[in-house]
Amino acid sequence: MKKAYVPMLVVTALMFAVAPVLIARAPFETTMGLIQKIFYFHVPAAMLLFGSAFVCGISSGIFLFRRTPSADRVATAAAELTVLFGLIVLVTGPIWARKAWGVWWQWDARLTSSLLLWMMFVAYLLVRRYGGPGAEKLAGAMAIFGMANVPFVYVSVNYWRTLHPKTSVVPTLAPEMRGPFWFSVAAFILLYIVLLTARRYLEAQRARVEALHLALED
Amino acid sequence: MKRFFQVAWVIVRKDFTVEWRSREILYTTLFFAVSCVLVFAFALVREGRPMEDAAAGILWVAIAFAGTLALGRTFERERQSETLRALMLAPADRPAVYVGKLAGILLLLGAVEGLLVPLVGVLFDAPFWARPGWMLALLLTGTLGFASVGTLFAAMLVRARSRDVMLPVLLYPITVPVIIAGVRGTAALIQSTPDEPMARFWVSLLLFFDVVFVTLALWTFEPLMTE
Repeated sequence: MKKAYVPMLVVTALMFAVAPVLIARAPFETTMGLIQKIFYFHVPAAMLLFGSAFVCGISSGIFLFRRTPSADRVATAAAELTVLFGLIVLVTGPIWARKAWGVWWQWDARLTSSLLLWMMFVAYLLVRRYGGPGAEKLAGAMAIFGMANVPFVYVSVNYWRTLHPKTSVVPTLAPEMRGPFWFSVAAFILLYIVLLTARRYLEAQRARVEALHLALED
Repeated sequence: MKRFFQVAWVIVRKDFTVEWRSREILYTTLFFAVSCVLVFAFALVREGRPMEDAAAGILWVAIAFAGTLALGRTFERERQSETLRALMLAPADRPAVYVGKLAGILLLLGAVEGLLVPLVGVLFDAPFWARPGWMLALLLTGTLGFASVGTLFAAMLVRARSRDVMLPVLLYPITVPVIIAGVRGTAALIQSTPDEPMARFWVSLLLFFDVVFVTLALWTFEPLMTE
């Protein structure tokens, strides 16, 4: 992973540099016009919001039952990234909604469940930061319960109401839009992996410093 | 298996005895729930008439708020007298301890609901008893869902700093499906023509939620409560 890191970082940077050109070249959507371009950021970020939540939940489970510190580091990094990508989703969504629906926010199924998922991981970070000793276990439980809760939130909120464009719009995209879209998705996934690796490494170094500090005191 | 339920029963009896001597948690939670209803009345009553479906929302939010208070207080008592450690040191299955605690919370919330449901029904003119079977099923599955997650979180937060704030912060996002199901299910039942298929859908969702989260709590209680 260490050897691949720098090339991956370079590729990600290049992809993010090229993406705006591709997005600008993609055709305008007939009804939405320019505002539709937000889609190239919004959807990949939303995919990572959900993906990252599962990464965090699964590594928290491994940490709770196996007590491997490295799993806990992955979980922390993934939780922070869930919140970060969630923030991108929750900022770009309303910008689009203002144009498309005339309001910033609708209590629609997908919006509400994304917001709730995001809040669960904000709660994860809060309990981790302010929970005091043993907080990593509490946070781990929060991640597992949060992950298990995703289908329930989804079903309950769906029955409550629905407005958001269906995910089935992705296969029906115009071919000229499909290229830039999947390019954006790939760029976002790479960015996610780069950030996750960096954050995990940072956390590992922090643990080492702490161990050295303790050794010095003894 | 028999021993498992024996341990759980002993814990329920212990909690009941301790509570019955002072009735502190019962009375304060009851009064708190009634105050919640009062506060909502000011927000949701216009020109003397409650808004449509307000009763369902008020009932479930009051249950959730009162439940959080009761959960916090129950475990605060164990912490103050350092008895949680004794409980954990006892030669008993951890999951049995969880089940005992959960049953105690359910009894307490059941008592609170016994007052709350008629009170909200009378004050907001909501026919909760139009379909008593479905209403009872909603209350039972909803309370179990809320309490199953709440008991685990309250237990593991006992040793944490700022636990009073952390409990609602962790609990509410997770129990949102319970609140939605409870409110929508109740709203379907108190319409002028009760919508039974809708209530059935919400009860089955809650049942599913209960099964998943009770299992998950039993499974994680042991590693979470080990120091």
